[in-house]
Amino acid sequence: MQFISMILSNVEVSPGYWRMRMTAPPECASARPGQFVMVRVNGAIDPLLRRPFGIFDVGTYTPAQSGAVPQPYLEMLYRVVGKGTAMLSTLHGSDLLDVLGPLGKGFDLGVADEEKLIVGGGVGLAPLYLLAKELVKGSKVRLFAGGRTRDDILCITEFERLGVECYTATEDGSLGECGLVTEALLKRLDRLQGGATIYACGPHGMLNAVAGIAAERRIPCQVSLEGYMACGVGACLGCVAPGHSHSPETPDFRCVCTEGPVFESGELKWGE
Amino acid sequence: MRPDMTVNLAGMKLRNPVMTASGTFGYGEEFAEYVDMESIGAFVTKGLSLKPRAGNPTPRIVETPGGMLNAIGLQNVGIDAFIAKKVPYLRSVNTPAIANFFGNTVDEYAEMARRLDEIPEVAALEVNISCPNVKQGGIVFGTNPDCAASVVAACRAATKKPLIVKLSPNVTDVVVMARACEDAGADALSLINTLTGMAIDLDRRRPVLANITGGFSGPAIKPIALRMVWQVAKAVKVPIIGIGGIMNAVDALEFMLAGATAVQVGTASFINPGAAQKIAGDMEAWLAEHGIADIKSLIGALET
Repeated sequence: MQFISMILSNVEVSPGYWRMRMTAPPECASARPGQFVMVRVNGAIDPLLRRPFGIFDVGTYTPAQSGAVPQPYLEMLYRVVGKGTAMLSTLHGSDLLDVLGPLGKGFDLGVADEEKLIVGGGVGLAPLYLLAKELVKGSKVRLFAGGRTRDDILCITEFERLGVECYTATEDGSLGECGLVTEALLKRLDRLQGGATIYACGPHGMLNAVAGIAAERRIPCQVSLEGYMACGVGACLGCVAPGHSHSPETPDFRCVCTEGPVFESGELKWGE
Repeated sequence: MRPDMTVNLAGMKLRNPVMTASGTFGYGEEFAEYVDMESIGAFVTKGLSLKPRAGNPTPRIVETPGGMLNAIGLQNVGIDAFIAKKVPYLRSVNTPAIANFFGNTVDEYAEMARRLDEIPEVAALEVNISCPNVKQGGIVFGTNPDCAASVVAACRAATKKPLIVKLSPNVTDVVVMARACEDAGADALSLINTLTGMAIDLDRRRPVLANITGGFSGPAIKPIALRMVWQVAKAVKVPIIGIGGIMNAVDALEFMLAGATAVQVGTASFINPGAAQKIAGDMEAWLAEHGIADIKSLIGALET
C-alpha cells in the first residue's frame, strides 16, 4: 500500500546513523520482521527514486492532545550514505513522507524453543530488532552485532531490554571483542546444544561468511539482502541476486524485493 | 460534460491515451494492487523472447540527477511461460494488453510475432528494435534503417494484429528510421526508448553498472523525446506513441501537442506504481478545466 506518513521523530543515534519514527496506517501494525518500505524523500525529481529501508520497529503511540487514542507508528534505522539519506536526515517532526509498503517477504520465525542466533553488521541491524521482538516470545535469542568501530554498533540497549543476550565485536576493538562478528558467532556455535536458527543482515562479506558457517555446520540460516532497486514491487528487475545454481550458462536470478529480501542462505549463490 | 478521452490507435479504440511502457510494468499483474487497470488506455508487457532470458549481472540500475540508468538485459520469462503463467491475468482485465518482444535474428522476430499473433488476449504487438543493453538483436536492428525494415516486414507478414515499432533515440536521424519502419508495414511507432548512458564511481575508478553502459530514462530525457516525437510526427502518417520522462499530465499533454496519439508512462511507475492512472485522471481534469471536449483535438495541435 501507498500512504503519506508524518515524521514523529528523527534522531541521530550514532554518528551517521539515524532512527526515524513516523505515523503509519493500521495495516503496518502487522508488518512481518524483515519487510521493508520504499520512501520518497521529497516530491522533487532529484532524488528521483524511492529509497528502500528495513522496518526497524512497529508499535503504537498516544498523541499529545487530550482524549487522543493510540495510533500506529513505524520506525526505520538508516545510515546516511548518499544524497537521499542525507536529505532524509535533515527532516523534522511533522514533515511528511510518501511511503510504499510494507513490501517483500519477511523472516520465517521457525520453531519455538530452539536457540535463535541473530547476526547484524552495522545498519544491517535495522530489520533485526522487530525480528528479535517476535523471536523472544518463544525462544532464547542471542544477538551478535558487529561493526568497524563502536559507532557502528547500534541500539544494543533496545535489544537487551527485550531480554536478548548481546555479543558485540568491532574491528578496531573499541567495543566488545576485537575482530569480526563471525568469530563471536563461532564461539557460541561451539557450545551449542540442540537446534538453532541463524538470522543475518549486513554487508555482503559478512553474509557470505555467515552463510558459509551455516552450511558447514548444517544450521538453518536466513539472510536479508540489500539491492539497488527502483520500484520495490518486482517490475524493474534491478535488485536481483544470483540463486544457488547460477552460472553464466545456467542463469538463476532471484528478485530481492519480491522473492526476498529474506532468503534461506542455501538458496543463494555465495562468493569464494 | 466529461471530455472525450478516447483515442484510436492503429485500429484499437483506447479509453484514454495513457499506456504503460515496456519493462516498467511487469506483465501487468504486479501492479494490480496499485492501479485500476480499467483506468488506463492500455499496458505493455516486459519485452518477451522465444527463450527465457536471465539478464545482466548486477548492479543493473543507478540513479542520476533527474533520471536513472538501467541495464537489465531483457530478463524475461520467455514466450512459453508467458502463455502459461501471464496470459491468464491478461484475460481477466478489460484493457488492451500489448506484448513487447524482441529476437536475436530476423527469423526469431518473425517467429515471436507468429506466436504472439495466436494469443487472443494480446491486443497488439510492440517490436523492440531498440534495447541498448544486449549485444545481439535489439539495438543493431534499431540503428540501421535497412535492418529495421527487414525486421518490421518479417513481423508484418507474421501477424494481423496492430504492429507497433519502438524506436531508439540512439541514431543520427530518427526520421529516417521512422520512415523505414512505416514503409515496411508498421501500424504505429512508439518513441523514444532509453538513451545510452553511463555512470562512473570515481573512488573505485569503475563504471557503476556491471554492463558499463545502460539505458537512460526519467524526466531528464523529456526534452529530447519531445523533439523526436515532433520531428517524426511531421514525417509519417502512422500514429505515434510518445515516451520519455512523462511524470505527470502536463508532460503527457505536451507529447500530444507534439504529435503523439497516445503516451507511455515508464520510469514514473517505479516511483509511483499508480502513476499511469493518476496521469490519465489528471489529463481528463485538465481538459475539463480548459473546456476542451475531445482529447483528439490536441494531437499535433502545437502552434509554431
